[in-house]
Amino acid sequence: MKTNSILAISTLPLLLASSIASAQVLDVKVTNLTQGMFFTPLLVSAHDNSLHLFETGESATSELTAMAEGGDISGLVTASEALGAVNSENPAAGLLSPSSSTTVSDLNTGSNGYLSITAMLLPTNDGFVGLDSWAIPEEAGTYTLFLNAYDAGTEVNDEIVNGGGAVGVVGIPANPGANGGTGASGVTTSESNQTIHIHRGNVGDTDNAGGVSDVDSRIHRWLNPVAKVVVTVK
Amino acid sequence: MSIKKYFGIGFSVFSLLTMSACSDSDNDDVMKDVVVTQSYELTVSNLTNNQPFSPLAVSIHGANYTAWSIGTESSLGLEMLAEGGATAGFLSEATAAGAYVTVSGDAPIFSGESGTLEIESILNDKMELTIATMLINTNDAFTGFHGFDLTSLEIGDEVTVLLPVYDAGTEANNELVGTIPGPADNGEGFNVARNDVDVVARHSGVVTNADGYAESVLDSSHSYDAPVAKLVLKRTE
Repeated sequence: MKTNSILAISTLPLLLASSIASAQVLDVKVTNLTQGMFFTPLLVSAHDNSLHLFETGESATSELTAMAEGGDISGLVTASEALGAVNSENPAAGLLSPSSSTTVSDLNTGSNGYLSITAMLLPTNDGFVGLDSWAIPEEAGTYTLFLNAYDAGTEVNDEIVNGGGAVGVVGIPANPGANGGTGASGVTTSESNQTIHIHRGNVGDTDNAGGVSDVDSRIHRWLNPVAKVVVTVK
Repeated sequence: MSIKKYFGIGFSVFSLLTMSACSDSDNDDVMKDVVVTQSYELTVSNLTNNQPFSPLAVSIHGANYTAWSIGTESSLGLEMLAEGGATAGFLSEATAAGAYVTVSGDAPIFSGESGTLEIESILNDKMELTIATMLINTNDAFTGFHGFDLTSLEIGDEVTVLLPVYDAGTEANNELVGTIPGPADNGEGFNVARNDVDVVARHSGVVTNADGYAESVLDSSHSYDAPVAKLVLKRTE
């Protein structure tokens, strides 16, 4: 079930809302808290309250799906900038490794009062770390947020690493840590909740030459939160 | 349910630092002793199903001591705590880094139970609290809080913090027989060898033999989710 709109838009409040917020300058530090999961290129987006990159309980847009299944943020960038968003694309210049950090410096929000963040989690089928429309405080200071892992609900979590990163292609595009297995038969062939929801986690197994999963249950699981974000409002 | 006093009150030599406060000899008659200390009561509740906590390791220190951080290699003392539940090495590192006071609990805190201890520190412009304890039915999981700012707490103030679970990154989470010091295995605690990612991260949880990992000595009772502990911190003086 897909919505037709590129991103959820409510048209009327757009102009009103954007006239309220005043430009702010932010530093945004994102830390991958996990021990074994990689983040694909991050999108850090300042936007107004008419736009959501994702919303729990809603179907993923095609742009969100491309990010969650394959790590491709270009669709989200184009669609959000068409609505006035100011973006920092790929601040880590590639994957953000487990337990490492990256910082977006001096992001000028313009007239945008909300902050969102997305990145795919590898190795997963369509798991991602996300922040949805955090209202940027007007008061200067340092604010700490913890982000959960979400499931886009667009792809079955079969946990087979087969390079399948394109939208609609089942499978995990890559296991960057090269610390899992191959030849899995697949964990499942169905996805009960096809809206965006809290990810139930990887199942994994300890069989590197078969089993149900190509990810390792001792390495590629996680507990929420999976990311720490420190926002400095200047 | 009840708050049990598992811990003796262990004060270090700093316990009462008495300073004379008087300007000069003109004011001898109004000279008074000012005890420049602050006291705190900590209660840690174990929120897990079957992961006893090792005795608490607590320090109050300045801003220049960070017991651990995500993505940074564990200190030797932290490795000893996270793999074997030992407090001494961890706390001596705090002392070496200028901690004002350290306190060690003297007994584990079992699931569903709480442990309380008191700690008293000299007053300083920078006062931070660090607490750590191992989940002893794991390879190297620990919980705690580092660098909690105490300066904003007034006498009688109480704060509650839910604690996450960390992985020291010093021992692989293989859950194999002989590798886990708690009652699930009665295996080895600290081992100086490091065979994991060698940086601190959030813990991913245990797999257990109830979840497709037949070689694990852990069973479903040892599973947990975060948070694993509740810390209630009260300034008493």
